[in-house]
Amino acid sequence: MPEIRISQTQFQPETGSPDGPPPEGAPSYEVSAVRSYLLKRGNSAIADRGFHWLMVLCALTIFGIVVLIASELVVRSQLAWSKFGFDFFYKSFLDPYSNLPLYWDPVNGHFSALPFLYGTLVSSFLALLLAVPLAIGVAVFLTEMCPGALRGPLAFITELLAAIPSVIYGLWAVFVLVPLLREHVNPWLIKLLGWTGFFGADNPTGLGFVAAGIILAIMILPIISSLTREVMTAVPHSQREAVLALGATRWEMIRMGVLRNARIGIVGAVILGLGRALGETMAVTMVIGNSPEIHRSLLANGSSMASVIANEFAEASGDLHLSALMELGLALFAVTIVVNAFARLLVWAVTRGAPASAH
Amino acid sequence: MRDEHKLRAQFRTVEDGAATGLAVLATVLVVAPLVAIFIYLIYKGASSLTWSFFTDVPRPVGEAGGGMANAIVGSAILLALGSLIGVPVGISGGIFLAEFGRGTKLANAVRFTADVLNGVPSIVMGIAVYSLVVVPQGHFSAFSGGVALGIMMIPTVCRTTEEMLLMVPNAVREAALALGVPNWRSVLSITVKTASPGIITGCMLAFARVAGETAPLIFTAFGNVGWSERLDEPIAALPLQIYVYALSPYDDWHRLAWAGSLVLIILIVVAVSLVRYVTSRGVLKGAS
Repeated sequence: MPEIRISQTQFQPETGSPDGPPPEGAPSYEVSAVRSYLLKRGNSAIADRGFHWLMVLCALTIFGIVVLIASELVVRSQLAWSKFGFDFFYKSFLDPYSNLPLYWDPVNGHFSALPFLYGTLVSSFLALLLAVPLAIGVAVFLTEMCPGALRGPLAFITELLAAIPSVIYGLWAVFVLVPLLREHVNPWLIKLLGWTGFFGADNPTGLGFVAAGIILAIMILPIISSLTREVMTAVPHSQREAVLALGATRWEMIRMGVLRNARIGIVGAVILGLGRALGETMAVTMVIGNSPEIHRSLLANGSSMASVIANEFAEASGDLHLSALMELGLALFAVTIVVNAFARLLVWAVTRGAPASAH
Repeated sequence: MRDEHKLRAQFRTVEDGAATGLAVLATVLVVAPLVAIFIYLIYKGASSLTWSFFTDVPRPVGEAGGGMANAIVGSAILLALGSLIGVPVGISGGIFLAEFGRGTKLANAVRFTADVLNGVPSIVMGIAVYSLVVVPQGHFSAFSGGVALGIMMIPTVCRTTEEMLLMVPNAVREAALALGVPNWRSVLSITVKTASPGIITGCMLAFARVAGETAPLIFTAFGNVGWSERLDEPIAALPLQIYVYALSPYDDWHRLAWAGSLVLIILIVVAVSLVRYVTSRGVLKGAS
């Protein structure tokens, strides 16, 4: 008969503090008396501890990755930082011959991030402007109106839209969207809205901020709509029933009972979409036109932070050029981390107390 | 007075109808680009999907024909290398989150960081790996591309593994421990095995995601017009090749880009459908 060891147990399998709040989303996790007795028998404590620490180590690599990325970017961008400082982000240079502002001139060592900041912001906000109403519309349709048989396939389609690689969006945009804009949409925009100054007629290629904004909108739609859907399903059913019981129509129920309760989470979803749009690279690089200039017209060529890195990094002409690109990368990293963290917190704040299945 | 009420009721009905109509319109507008992309991919790509596409390397400019065999093999090598790095680390991280760290501050921090890391632009990963691996090595290489893809897989694999493990009922763990199985065996052979269909689909999801990544490969794997299987040399990759061909001025290369995209999208659609099938069937058959 094998000997049963009962004593000498330093092994503690449950690191979770019993008095802390239960983890969100998880089924409540109580340790039964039987289980803790069994675990405390100290069976193969060394192997168990080793395994435990190996898993902790792997979890810690995620922190390691973030720290490594940040430190590498900081170290490699030192050269540009010491040369330009904060001027890098808001000053431009003056061309001594033509007296025009000059932003990005690798040959003479002039580097300013201004046109790229402008391009990233303009294309991202254009994308949000187009994507947010559509995404909320889709989410409302799927959660509140859609017949049950359609819900599965439509959710699957939005999921697919999120899985298409950005280079394929870019390919499609170059050969289908840009010609379409050039031949049909842009002339119409210029005729109708040219007087505002935002739609100049001086770019015959069809590339530019509008093309980048549209393709970005298509790409960030799925993430916004799926998160909005998640937040809307988290609104308790009693809210809907209460509003309906007061004699509201379906739209009034959605507006007062659902959207109003879910608004913080929807804002979170939109910000998460913004985070995606800011860092999206390939599709934007392929259609934005890639010239480091600032134009008021949305039909003009531009350049974004990610697109200039993609275009120039592999053939950077010197240490300063490389360092300036690294600094752009660092700025992009910092901005997306802040935007993502903020958005995650907002979404968590809403879905934390959600019922397991609201439908 | 009565008229006013009637008008108000009418207005509300119209408003309700308009809102419904707008929601349907939005859905149609969202589905339209997907359908358009698929139709174009099949229309332009299917005719070029010949046998030589899978067996030939690209020909020089001006010669018709040629294929993308080197890019397909290159992508396979990069993805294998990425999975080798990303899958074990990601699964272990997920095991920590679900089995050892539930409710602790450390686990919450790891989960949050993983979610945030998921949103870091892939191009930033690319330049970070460039300065971590390519600069010390002194040249572009398949190895650095694999590292970049592996790092990108970790957060996704980690989070899905955690979610799948959380679905395993406690009774299963207790049953294992009651038989005197050590905890590590119980986690690996009972809990993880019970959740393995879900974990595998999570890995496939991460796999499908990085399969189409181009940005982190531009300065790591770099691309290669010829055949290469070596890990310390620049290597071709399918998405990278599509990018280069799409921006080239040659019709023959455009044709190859469409065909390559079709191959890539088929791979991804299959992966996503499989994930959907497995998760809809219930991740843990017989366990609940």
